[in-house]
Amino acid sequence: MIASRWVWLAVALPLAGFLVNGALALRRAPATRAVSIVGPGVLLAAFAVSIGVFAGLLGRPPHEPHIVTLWPWMTAGALRIDLAFQVDQLSAVMLLVVTGVGSLIHLFSVGYMREDPGYARYFAYLNLFVVFMLVLVLGANFPVLFIGWEGVGLCSYLLIGFWFTEEANANAGKKAFIMNRIGDFGVLVAMFFLWRELGTLNFAEIAARAPGALEQGGTIVTLITLFIFLGCTGKSAQIPLYTWLPDAMAGPTPVSALIHAATMVTAGVYLVVRTNVLFAMAPLSSAVVAGIGALTAIFAATIALRQYDIKKVLAYSTVSQLGYMFLAVGSAAFAGGIFHLATHAFFKALLFLGAGSVIHAMHHAYHATHSHEDAQDMRNMGGLREHMPVTFWLMAIATLAIAGIPPLSGFFSKDEILASAFARGAEMPIYYVYYALGVLAALLTAFYMARLMTMTFLGPNRTGDEERRHLHEAPWIMTGPLLVLGILSAIGGVINLPAFVGGRHALESWLEPVTAAGAAFARVELPHGTTELLLVGGAVLVGVVGLVLGYRATLGRRVATAREAPEEAGLARVLNRKYYVDEIYDAAVVRPVVWLSRVVLWKGVDQGLVDGAAVNGTAKLSRGLGWLGSRVQTGQVGLYVVLFLVGALWILRAVIR
Amino acid sequence: MTDGMALLGPALGLSAILFSIGVAGVLLRRNVIVLFVCIELMLNAVNLSFVALAQLHGASGQVMVFFVMTVAAAEAAVGLAIILAIFRHHQSVDLQNINLLRG
Repeated sequence: MIASRWVWLAVALPLAGFLVNGALALRRAPATRAVSIVGPGVLLAAFAVSIGVFAGLLGRPPHEPHIVTLWPWMTAGALRIDLAFQVDQLSAVMLLVVTGVGSLIHLFSVGYMREDPGYARYFAYLNLFVVFMLVLVLGANFPVLFIGWEGVGLCSYLLIGFWFTEEANANAGKKAFIMNRIGDFGVLVAMFFLWRELGTLNFAEIAARAPGALEQGGTIVTLITLFIFLGCTGKSAQIPLYTWLPDAMAGPTPVSALIHAATMVTAGVYLVVRTNVLFAMAPLSSAVVAGIGALTAIFAATIALRQYDIKKVLAYSTVSQLGYMFLAVGSAAFAGGIFHLATHAFFKALLFLGAGSVIHAMHHAYHATHSHEDAQDMRNMGGLREHMPVTFWLMAIATLAIAGIPPLSGFFSKDEILASAFARGAEMPIYYVYYALGVLAALLTAFYMARLMTMTFLGPNRTGDEERRHLHEAPWIMTGPLLVLGILSAIGGVINLPAFVGGRHALESWLEPVTAAGAAFARVELPHGTTELLLVGGAVLVGVVGLVLGYRATLGRRVATAREAPEEAGLARVLNRKYYVDEIYDAAVVRPVVWLSRVVLWKGVDQGLVDGAAVNGTAKLSRGLGWLGSRVQTGQVGLYVVLFLVGALWILRAVIR
Repeated sequence: MTDGMALLGPALGLSAILFSIGVAGVLLRRNVIVLFVCIELMLNAVNLSFVALAQLHGASGQVMVFFVMTVAAAEAAVGLAIILAIFRHHQSVDLQNINLLRG
């Protein structure tokens, strides 16, 4: 347990990196070399600390979480909140994922962002993000988690709008921030409820007290969990608050990989697992969580079918995969959700970084020829395999992983989720529907990923004859992290191998102390024997069919470049325009709010009531009274004397009385 | 003491009459000089009541009369000087024409 005491170092190191890089960003001269060392360096050091903490837990797995209290934060009456970190099996896994994948993405960024004028600022933000993300996963109580929860939202906002000179980017940042605020409201309300009902905000005490203090399946626990889940839909981009995530692709690509695929957006899943006892006690909420997850998975997957921006496809894919994670935790497969979280972090970070590598090459090619084509549009790519073989092969691994092809990591995690949903169907039949949606989403996932790979890397090249000569593979600082992620995507499944391949669900038994409280109320028994093998076979078949269909549908057709592409019609157009959800939100929410703010609140209340009646009204009243008073000031001394006399007599009368 | 006490009532009455005449003059007359004289009249009415009441309450009333007279002398000096200045400016001492302080 000695190692756990040093867990604060994992937070302090990136914080120091933020301060150094932030100071360098303020200097006029670029300090590229120093930033390149400090930025990824602190992350690698934090990763080393995380390994130490993990090893410490590994040696002696305790059933009690180890709470590292740094200092008391606020004390008021019975409320006592410490700035405390909780080191247990769950936070250790998250610690490893965040610092591990984070380190790789930081290294990649050195190659990707080196020539950007805001290089130091970029790394300052990125380091700060890791600080808050670690606070989020380490926090031993809700308020500390909430610091991280808000902090990662802030960093997300800063990094989405990193190239803020273009208004669209700044707007995307604001959209993400505001959408997240809606969710944060839910988390706050849940915190208030928990305090009222349980009198504590510490996770360990919540897990201990909730079974005794709350009625199982009661209104209170259902409300609390639904409010928590509202926060999760914001942070983890689920229906109805998912629309910010595709827009968040306005930020640099490594940011999309780190924040909007691997770590921050999985915070919602983490929170559900962290409070698993509450969700297990509220079957209705769990069904809602799983239902929203399944719906989001299929909904986002259909949109991804018709996107042409390579990052948009991956963004909708992320939304869809996050839906899978919620399907898992909603089916009481908390370890399954964390399993998919980890494998998804590997293969989706790889896909995003691979896309970044492609965009990097496309951008350089267009830059070299002074062309102004869209470097992210897949219609302008094609045949890139010859020019960037390393990127192609590594992204191919990730594609197979996300499609659920054995024995890659995604196969095991996705299979476990589908099996859990199916198993829950025995208790609540609605879960069979969720299972069917999940399978369908898996088919679509394989399809759009095959389409992405085919459009980008196979077939004839559409970049342009002049530009083609400038296409080249990324430098080793970028392909290196890709390679590591490729290995992880391929073999990541070993952390939780199922029984039918001789595994023993290592991650699940590792997380057992954390999920035990919830398992007392809701436990998912995965199917065994023939049923299991049928489910697995079905999932693999769906993945293969999706890949083949996607490949053949895309390769067979001649793809027009972005410039010449005809306008789409029918269903394709609806999908390409994302079901017009942004437009609907705009008409149903944004415009009424803007109208209310402008006409009622601004023109009516502020200008009319506050300015008009209260402020200027007071002034007008005094001026009117002053005017009346000035009528007395005739300048005629005689009148003054009369008034003086009247006054004197009046006082005299009062005195004599 | 005896004679003085007997005169106290008539003295205060005369004082009140003189004061009222002064007040009426200040209120009704327009000429600044007359106004000024009326104010003197009021002061001296007060002086008279001071002297009369001094019979009853000791010498302090008589001392106060000296103060009033001193102030009145000073006031006369300043007041007449102001009236002189007003006359030079307006060629008149009628209060009706002097209304620069009108609001």
